[in-house]
Amino acid sequence: MTLLHLAIAVLFLPLSGFTLLIFFGKKIRRSDLVETAILFVALAFSLYIMIEKLFILHLGTLDLTFRWIDIGALVGHPGFVLDLGIAIDNITAIMLVVVTLISSLVHLFSLGYMHDDIRYTRYYAYLGFFSFSMLGIVLSNNILMMYVFWELVGISSYLLIGHWFEKKSASDAGKKAFIVNRVGDVGFFIGIMIVFTSLHTVLFSGIFKGIAAGQLSGPLLTAAGILIFCGAVGKSAQFPLHVWLPDAMEGPTPVSALIHAATMVAAGVYLVARVYPMLDADALTVIAYIGAMTAFLAATIAITQNDIKKVLAYSTISQLGYMILGLGVGAYSAGFFHLVTHAAFKAGLFLGSGSVIYAMHHEQDMRNMGGLRKKMPITYWTFVIFSLSISGIPLTSGFLSKDSILGGALAYGMLSGNYIIPVLGYGVVFLTAFYMFRLIIVTFHGEPRDLHKFEHAKESPAVMTIPLIVLASLSLFIFYTFNPFSPESSWIMKDVVKPESVVPAAQSRGWSKPAVIETAMSPTASSTSSQAQSGTKSVTYYEEALEESHYFGMGLSLTLAFLGILAAFIIYHWKKIDAEKLKQSVKPVYTFLLNKWYFDELYGATVVAGTVRLSRMMAWFDGHIIDGIVNGAATVTRGASTLSGQFDHYVVDGLVNFSARFTGLLGRGARQVQTGKIQTYIVFALLGVIIIFFAFRQF
Amino acid sequence: MNLHVGLTDFLIVSAILFSLGIYGVVTRKNAIMVLMGIELILNSANLNFVAFTRFGLMNLTGQVVAVFVIILAAAEAAVLLAIVLNIHQQLNTVNVDEVDKLKN
Repeated sequence: MTLLHLAIAVLFLPLSGFTLLIFFGKKIRRSDLVETAILFVALAFSLYIMIEKLFILHLGTLDLTFRWIDIGALVGHPGFVLDLGIAIDNITAIMLVVVTLISSLVHLFSLGYMHDDIRYTRYYAYLGFFSFSMLGIVLSNNILMMYVFWELVGISSYLLIGHWFEKKSASDAGKKAFIVNRVGDVGFFIGIMIVFTSLHTVLFSGIFKGIAAGQLSGPLLTAAGILIFCGAVGKSAQFPLHVWLPDAMEGPTPVSALIHAATMVAAGVYLVARVYPMLDADALTVIAYIGAMTAFLAATIAITQNDIKKVLAYSTISQLGYMILGLGVGAYSAGFFHLVTHAAFKAGLFLGSGSVIYAMHHEQDMRNMGGLRKKMPITYWTFVIFSLSISGIPLTSGFLSKDSILGGALAYGMLSGNYIIPVLGYGVVFLTAFYMFRLIIVTFHGEPRDLHKFEHAKESPAVMTIPLIVLASLSLFIFYTFNPFSPESSWIMKDVVKPESVVPAAQSRGWSKPAVIETAMSPTASSTSSQAQSGTKSVTYYEEALEESHYFGMGLSLTLAFLGILAAFIIYHWKKIDAEKLKQSVKPVYTFLLNKWYFDELYGATVVAGTVRLSRMMAWFDGHIIDGIVNGAATVTRGASTLSGQFDHYVVDGLVNFSARFTGLLGRGARQVQTGKIQTYIVFALLGVIIIFFAFRQF
Repeated sequence: MNLHVGLTDFLIVSAILFSLGIYGVVTRKNAIMVLMGIELILNSANLNFVAFTRFGLMNLTGQVVAVFVIILAAAEAAVLLAIVLNIHQQLNTVNVDEVDKLKN
């Protein structure tokens, strides 16, 4: 059994769980355990695949392609083939583990969190379906199958977010997530069609080969890259389509952990990583700006939110912005690294918040919490580790990945002159540290604010704390590297290498080409240096810049993170500055942030209201014009029918009746002759004879 | 005034007889009267035959046919009277209009 077969097994295990539960869920006792066990088997398989591939066999890309459609060449038509299949390269192998790990831990956690839910079996069935869809995205080696699984993720996220659909807000949130995603997916699909019409293949390898051969270039290539990125904007909740993610917090908290930490939102980042070689300089610049914008926007909103899950939701958007930013600035490995580390600590944060919410009997407003530190020690300490990790404090995984992204952003800013991107990136470091520790202090420190609920709060059961402990340990540096201050030494950074760009030289960034070190950093040298082929190990301008900015960047980000934590302690723990007074002094800004930059209102006023108005117009048009035409046609037809009926009745029937009556009349006349009396006949015969006699008489 | 009786006079008498016979056959309801009309018609024909022979338009065949017709008429009268008697026995009438059993 090869690794590919094993990967197919990993893909279909959750689907089999889904089928089993959706059809026989009521008949199987403890079907939840069945589903959870299935996921753990998938996790074991994935771990085996990753270890075999990365550490033991050091294999290249494994690929399993089959021909799906083959229409032979026709006259005037070149023929048409469509290949589909799965492939495992390094990022796929890592993603398999990340997805199955988070998914299985969420399954485990849900055993405790959801155990008295009314649709318990269905919940587990959907979890399995979701895992299947996500694994499908990860394994696809072509953009078409990826799109199909992409939509399956969309529908299963809709089902999971709207799990408590009795609540209007939950069913609305499900719809919103689905529809907003759809907006991005339209772009994604147009991108796919551009690629397919130009290159006649959907395989990633074929696409890259075609672009390298120059079959797709110029503005169309840029457009294809940006449109495919649109899909990622929707799924990964990037500005301006980020609005669905905070609302999606209406779903059960373990679902939030699954969807918003490791899987669905990571799919967008994974997509960008997948198509990375075909993105040209312009598309990457757009991506970098959107990422930076998203990171900053979400972080500012997170500061003002009071719902514990909303804070985490905006923090997720912000971190996804970081990943997209990392990919956009060329820190490919760092962006992907952050995806992996973020999956662990953000899933942990969500599950930790789930633990708190569970203990507080579904209280989510952190202004009603406080002082939970002693009551829930495991939750508290794991939460602290996750928060340190997300803030980028050394010894945690978050430090490693975030620092490399920020280093990349700094190098990018220096090379391209887009200084705003590193500035936003570093600003978000401060904000992240601040809002995370605000969350911790308000929730776990200080005096309990709701005494009644506080009395009943207690540490969650083992099925809920074990996932927290596992994720907390995965948020430490030791799993990634042995040197906590050197992201470059981690195995992920080594195994996930930036793929060669295939875009034409004129459209790619000059500074991502190999530089001859002696010629230093002059832009004019890029044309000559491009001839130095990358067959030998060479250093690009970008790597040079990265090297130079390394220590400065690390120092800056650490300083900002500690400042953020300090600020949180000053305001919320030691209360040196009154939070209320601070709010009052910057009231317009505060209100603006509290209302999430008025994005929902903006979309409500423009897109939603516009759609409603358009629909009304359409309804009016339908009701008056179309119905009018239909009714008019009906009236005319009816009039014509009446006329035709009259004609039928009087003229045609009249003729028929007249002919009948006339015949009757004739008959009546003729009947007189037929008396049955022999004597009458004789008279007639005689008359006849006489007539004949006179008629034939010869005069 | 020419009192010579020619062929034409015989034919006129014969025609009158024939017409009277036809009239009797057509107008009378009584079967006996109808029979009598028929006899008149037959006899008008006989008169013609005899007249044609007398004036040399036919040979003796005319005379023979006349005798033959008289015999035939006698036989016919016998048969018909028997039928009329039977009808009277069966239907209690000799009115030809009422004898319409075949109609139904």
